[in-house]
Parts: sequence; structure tokens; C-alpha cells
Amino acid sequence: MVESLPKDPLITPELIADHGITPDEYERLKGILKREPTYTELGIFSVMWSEHCSYKNSRKQLKNFPTEGPQVLIKAGEENAGVIDVGDGWAVAFKVESHNHPSAVEPFQGAATGVGGILRDIFTMGARPVINMNSLRFGRPNSGQVQQLVDGVVGGIAHYGNCMGIPTIGGDVYYDETYETNCLVNAFSLGIMKINEIQRGEATGVGNPVFYVGAATGKDGIHGATFASTELTEESEAKRSSVQVGDPFMEKLLLEACLELFQTDHIVGIQDMGAAGLTCSTCETASRGGSGVEIDVALVPQREANMTPYEILLSESQERMLVIVKKGREEAVHKIFEKWDLHAVEIGHVTDDGLMRVKYNGKVVAEIPAREIADDAPLYDPPAAKPKYLKAVSAWKLSELPQPGGDMTGILTKLLSEPTIGSKKDIYRRYDHMVRTGTVVLPGSDAAVFWMREADKYLSLAADCNGRYCYLDPVMGSRIAVAESARNIVCSGGRPLALTDCLNFGNPTKPEIYWQFKACVQGLKEGCEAFNTPVTGGNVSFYNENPEGAIDPTPLVVMVGQIDKKEHITTQWFKKEGDAVCLLDGLQDDQLAGIGGSEYLRRIHDLKAGCPPVMDLKKEKAVQDLLLNAIRSGLIRSAHDVSEGGLAVCAAECCFTAPMELESEAVMLGAKLDFSPAAKRTPRHDALLFGEQQSRILVSLAPENVTALEEMAAAAGVQCDLLGTVGGDELTVTVNGETLVKGGVRELRKAWREAYANSAKTSE
Amino acid sequence: MKIGIVVFPGSNCDYDCLTAFSRLAGEEGLSAETKYVWHKESAPGTFDAYVLPGGFSYGDYLRCGAIARFSPIMEEVKAHAEAGRPVIGICNGFQILCEAGLLPGALYMNRDLNFICEHVFLRTERDDTIFTSECRKGEVLNIPIAHGEGNYYADDETLERLEGENLVAFRYCTRDGLVRPEVNPNGSRNNIAGIFNKERTILGMMPHPERAAEDSLASSDGRKIILSLLKSLAK
Repeated sequence: MVESLPKDPLITPELIADHGITPDEYERLKGILKREPTYTELGIFSVMWSEHCSYKNSRKQLKNFPTEGPQVLIKAGEENAGVIDVGDGWAVAFKVESHNHPSAVEPFQGAATGVGGILRDIFTMGARPVINMNSLRFGRPNSGQVQQLVDGVVGGIAHYGNCMGIPTIGGDVYYDETYETNCLVNAFSLGIMKINEIQRGEATGVGNPVFYVGAATGKDGIHGATFASTELTEESEAKRSSVQVGDPFMEKLLLEACLELFQTDHIVGIQDMGAAGLTCSTCETASRGGSGVEIDVALVPQREANMTPYEILLSESQERMLVIVKKGREEAVHKIFEKWDLHAVEIGHVTDDGLMRVKYNGKVVAEIPAREIADDAPLYDPPAAKPKYLKAVSAWKLSELPQPGGDMTGILTKLLSEPTIGSKKDIYRRYDHMVRTGTVVLPGSDAAVFWMREADKYLSLAADCNGRYCYLDPVMGSRIAVAESARNIVCSGGRPLALTDCLNFGNPTKPEIYWQFKACVQGLKEGCEAFNTPVTGGNVSFYNENPEGAIDPTPLVVMVGQIDKKEHITTQWFKKEGDAVCLLDGLQDDQLAGIGGSEYLRRIHDLKAGCPPVMDLKKEKAVQDLLLNAIRSGLIRSAHDVSEGGLAVCAAECCFTAPMELESEAVMLGAKLDFSPAAKRTPRHDALLFGEQQSRILVSLAPENVTALEEMAAAAGVQCDLLGTVGGDELTVTVNGETLVKGGVRELRKAWREAYANSAKTSE
Repeated sequence: MKIGIVVFPGSNCDYDCLTAFSRLAGEEGLSAETKYVWHKESAPGTFDAYVLPGGFSYGDYLRCGAIARFSPIMEEVKAHAEAGRPVIGICNGFQILCEAGLLPGALYMNRDLNFICEHVFLRTERDDTIFTSECRKGEVLNIPIAHGEGNYYADDETLERLEGENLVAFRYCTRDGLVRPEVNPNGSRNNIAGIFNKERTILGMMPHPERAAEDSLASSDGRKIILSLLKSLAK
């Protein structure tokens, strides 16, 4: 018999609405319970059916993603994170997740707990997290508010990851007006394990005890999942208590204790308490195990006196796990957690009645069919309508843009000074990116490369998404996100394996936003198919809006690849005086020559218009295959793909991103380049230098290998232009005898290195 | 020889130290046993040297190293050190050694208040110690730092004594070995990156030699410090 508690508020239509439950959903809820809910049960449904937990507005679309492949061991949606086979009995678990709203309201803790949450998703799979990355989107840095946000978010990520001893080795950062007051903080983590060490989040074996381990439960983060499922408003500040507080030290202990536990066979399942805390972990483990779980929340360690069952169930206090222990092994499990000075408390057991039964001092306060609440959330297919703005922006023509003449070194310097293009060292030097001694390529190159020492394998990772491209054409922009992340991995010498995505959008109940969402899913799907890279999981973050409107659609992709041999590891930096510089070009048929949606158009001409660069995936694949073959044949010394800022920025970056990164000591190599061969296809000089046409990679190689590369390119149907030579301390670019760029590498590098600091200064 | 890598709750460079010490010993054909020692364990007399690794012992709560110095193992580490046997503290380990009074001075918050992770150059101040015998005096080593509190401070009197007795192990310097304020990453007094005790049996340093101990990484200069210790123990 389910009982209400004396202090439970009366369930009124207002209370139901406050819980984000629509009248239809309330009817559905009653249908599942076959009665009215108690207040505690209403709370449970409210978090489980929130967008954040149920994916109710996105799940139907997400089913379109390819999720299978010979490399996939655990598919998207099956467990807390997907798992991929990397050979010789080793596997990696990885996932990216958003913590946008908490970070906007409380940057430091919001970002820190974003890292903590994704880490638990990884080690709950049985894996030791060894790599962190993050993808950040902020407004323009010339406002004090944005600077504080950047400082807080980066500080929070550093605080958590550094203390955990997990290197943060890569990611990406954009600064654009669209993210003003709604920043994006997407945290990624990857862990490694032996295939036979994979853990499951399921409750099986009737009578097996259910343990609560880790930090005590407090009132922080109550309704965090619901908070994440609405738009940010002036009142969001008042919901600051929805933001959790992280303790990385506690998490470190929890990680080590769990990994020690996994070396035994004392447990049948484990699940972290993330969004929706105890509620979600209880019903999900029961649902996966095809069983029921009964717990008494009065037994849960609590940080505050007089917490109600409602609060205990909905709390999102950090650093907690639910462990299903084999009966008879309780003592052994206690011993492991005691070693690490952690709480381990038996709060219930597995049943066979399929119910999530919650007691409070023996009284049943909630009793809900576990499978129904975990898996039968309402699913919506909201109306979609093509946004009106698209007609105007896509009508934009290149001829409308005046052609600058003569020397363009000034424009190049200006683009290098853009914080989105400039050095991110001010950020990554605050992250410990070397612990675990596997970071064989230091941050700054196209892809992060990590040596899994335990398995002697090399992973390559890249995060990409240009939100402006997606705003201008969601299908094309999303294809590019997948293509570019794959290209970055190929540039590092790797082959793309699989990806995780974090889909950041506005309010899905607005038809124009939902149209963007559907189109982006389509573009990602096409990208995944082209590169044989299934989606292994991820996260959807809707309601990224502020009073001015929605953010640009930002379907972030983090691609994981593998480099087969150490000798294949390639970086973007020129290596040797006298080397030849060649451009590999897939020859995309781009009417705007890559100017549409470019940084050049946005920052030099203040225009957010045009169709984004064209992405024909077949052409892209041909270029990537060619480069990987050339790298494997030992022809290539450096490879850097052309992206934001175009070919000129790409060439400059090859010159000065010295690996050691000691400011006063940076080793830099200039280059003398003649773009005439490429100018035949792109006559406008601004487009030639700054256009962002896709499927292009700038490589350097020993001069004697140029012929071999040209032959390989011809056989692959890829254009290969010899553009010049590495050397000197200047970057010069000429076309048909005319000098377009001539600048000291040291000066160009200074502009690039100080990009963020200088753009932050311009506020005064 | 037996080397104990002490694991405090929150240590996170223990794995890196164990890997580097055992691999280098293997490469040199030295028979060394490197083992983790949990901070609650005690095995008096078992180890020939202790390594206090980097990390965030006890979450760096209160003050870096301030709680770890009360860990049960520290009694044994102190007795070991007082008997003139080698101890090396790296990063958080250096902070713990200072908190425990085994080395003078303290590590303050970095000058710019942020955590800094990057490669730096170190000038080796002397080559006649068990930690630096594989280096040349004045040799410049490229080794990374990763810390939020690495700003070495000692009062004038202590500093004078350290300098007078030649107990500075490493200083932040330029690629050419010049000790200049502009290459001081964290504000340490006299650009100090590491110091010895009076007997030079204890070394505390903020940079991480174990992160620069093989060719696949950005630098392998840290090998020299680890090898110095291994070889002196083998004698």
C-alpha cells in the first residue's frame, strides 16, 4: 500500500505543471500507476520524463543514426556509455555530455560537475578514464561577463580533471555572439579496459543487496534534470540550487575503489547517480535487469537533517554510485570501500516483481513499474518548419562582396587575432594535459593523440562543429562536423572508428528549431555513413536560448580514431627547412568559394550570410583515404586541414605552432608559397586566401617524395598542387608574381598567440 | 633494491612514477623492485628509497600536503629520511616534504593564481648528488611542470642558508641556462624549482621528471634524474 506522507503537498494542476508534466502526460502517468501518484511519485516521474533523462523530443530522430559496426561492443543507449573494440582484447568507453545551463548560472561548479558526471559514466562501464576533452562555446570575449564565464568554466574543468589525474588533451573553443548568455560546455571522457572487464548497469538476482556508495546525499541539484530542460531566463539565477557542487577528491576515491571492486567478482551491476540521481539509477538498473528494486531511502547517508524521500530521490549530489552486490559478498565489498574511507550502505535489494519500490522507514512511498518509467516515457514528434531566415541568407552572392586588392597580410593578421582561430594555450595550460604520460602529441595540432601505454595502442581524437555553418545550412554544417573530425584524425595518421555527439539546440517546441534539429540529425547520419563511424552515444541539450533567441544549432561531434603504428603519428607543424608544401584538394563544387559562413565574412565584413562550404562526402572521403595512404607510405612530414580562416591561416599555423610551446623559445619555420595553381580554380584573392572550401589538406614532405604523392593523388582522383617550400622566418604568399602575404612568422605568431588576451582587452 | 611509491588518497602520479622507475631500471639492467605503498601500510626498513608522487593528496584540502603529512606512512618516511636514506618528493610530494618539515620553505599559489601545465627548462645546480650524478653541473633539462601551488617561498634567512650551503637543486631558466625572471613560471624565489636537504639525501622538486622519461614524449631529460637515483642505489 503506497502512502502519502503527512507533509506532502496536495497534488493540484499547478503542482503538476510546476513539475513540467503536461495534462496528457499526467494521464499517461496515471495509466501506468492505475491510480493517482503520491507527491514522491510525481517527483520521480517529473525527472524521469524530463527532456534531459527521457529524450522525449529527440528519441525518434536519434533512431536514424547508424549505431552498429564490427568495432562496436556496446551500442548507443544500451548502457551509460558506448564501448568500442580497439584490438588485442582492449576496449574503450567514451561519451560526451553537456552541462550548459549549470555552467551559465554557476560557471565553476557547473563545468566541474560536468566533468565529474561524464567521468562516472565512463568508469561505471568498468573502464579507467585516461582522456578528457571539452568543447566550449562562448560569446565574444570583449565583455566582462564572458571573460568571467570563460575563467570560471575553464577553472572548473581544470579543478576537476586535474585533481582526478586525468589529462585534458584536446577540444575546441568558439567565441561567437550566438552563445552570449547561453554558453555551451560539452565534456568528453574516454576510458580503457580489457573487453572482459566491461561492467553492466543492471540489477539481477533476486535478493541481491543494493549498495549505495560514495558521497552523502544533500539537497543540491534537486530538479537539475528539469532545470536543464527549460530555457534560461532572468529567474534562472534563483535556481542556482539546481546546480550541484563537485568534490573531485571524493570522485577520485570512488574511482579507485570501484576499479578495485571490478577486479573482484563480488558485483552483478553498477550505475552512477547522475541526472535524476537515485531515482534514475534505481529504475534503470531494474529495467535493464528485467527485475525490480526495493530501497529504503531512510538508510541513504544524508548531509542534512530531515530530508524528505522526495528530496533524497531527486537530489543530484555528486560522486555517488549504486552497486548491485552478490548476496554473501557484502563484507568483502564493505572492506574495499572502507579502505578508501567511503560510505557503502546497503539500502535495499533486488526483487522479481518489476517494481521500483521506495520505502521510507518501512513505509512504501513510491511503487512504480520500473521498465515503464525507465523506457516508456512519452515520445514526441514535434512540428517542424523551415526557418524563414534561410531564404535571405542563402540568397547571398559572392558578387555582393567588394574585392579587396593588393597585400592582405593585414587581413591575415586580423583573422589570426580572432580568439576562435588564435591559440588556445591560455586555456589548455590550465589543464594538466600530461599526467599518465600518454600525451604523445601536445595540444594544438589537428587531433589529440594519446598512447594507451597499458595496451600499447595509439588513439586519435578530434572535436568539431561550426555552429554558423549549421545555422546557414543544418544538413551541410552537420556533414562538415563529421567530415572535419574524421579529417583531423586522418591528418594525425589515424583511421576514424566511431563518434559520440552532443546536440545543442534551442527550444524544440518551436517548429523552426525542431526543423534545424531534424536536418542536423540527417547531416550527421550521412556523415557517419560516409566514414563508417557509428554513433556510440551522446547527449541532446535543448532549450539553449536566451531572451534574444536560440543559439546557432551546434551538433558537436567527438570522433575517436586509432593510429595503427607509432611511425604514422603526424602533426600539423612544418618540420624541416627545404621541405615541399603541397595542397591536397577534393575539389568541392563551391559557388561561394568557401566564403559563405566563413570567419572572413563574419569578422572582416560583419556578415553572417551565404551557404556554408559545400560538403560532398565522397570527395571528402577520397582526400582522406589518399592522405592516410600517403602517411602510411611514409611520404608525409606534416598535415594540416584547411578550416576556419582558410588556406592562409592554415599555412600560418603550420609555421608557428611549435610543439614545445615555450613562448620565448618557440621554434618556427617560415614558408615561401605560390598559390597560382590553386588560383586557377579560385580567381578571387580573398576567397583563395580565406575561403573555407572543404576537403583540403596542406602537407609538407621531402622534395624527393613530391612525385610519388602526385602519382598517388592522380590515381585517387584528388588534386595535388605543389605550392612552395618550407624555410626562412617569413611567410610569403604570391599569386602570379603578385605578393598577397608577407609577414614575419614571429609577428604573425604573436597576433595568434595573444588573440584571446587582446580581444578581451578591447572591452575597456 | 626496493623503491616504495607512496600512495596517499588523491595521489595521481603514482602510476607514472612506478612506470618510469621500473622501466628505466629494466633498461639499465638494474634489479629494482618498485612497489606502491598504501599510506596506511607500514613496512619499516623494507625500502631503499621512497618516492612521494604528485597529485592532490586529500584533495589539497586545507593546504597542499598539510593533511598528508599526518598519514601513518609519514612516520616511516621520516625515520627513513633521518637515517640518511633517500627520499624524492615530486610536485605534491615536494609540498608534503615541506609540510612535514623534511625540507625548508613552502609552496605558495602560483603568481598568476592559475594552474600551469607546460614544459620548462631547468638548470642543474650541482652534479655531485645521488639525484643528479647523471647530469652535468649547469646542464639544462627540459621537464614539464603541472601545478597550481609551486611558487617556492622561504624567508630571507632560510634562503640565504640554502644558497650558502648550495642546496638549490634546480632553477627555472632559459633554453641556454640563463636564470631570468621572465622564465620563472610561478614566482618562486630565486627561480627555485627544487631543493635538497642539508645532507642531500632528500630532493623536493615541482617539475615532473617521470613525465619526461622516454623518447615518445616531448622530452626525455627527466631520465637523468631518475637514473641518477637508481644507479646510486645500485652501488
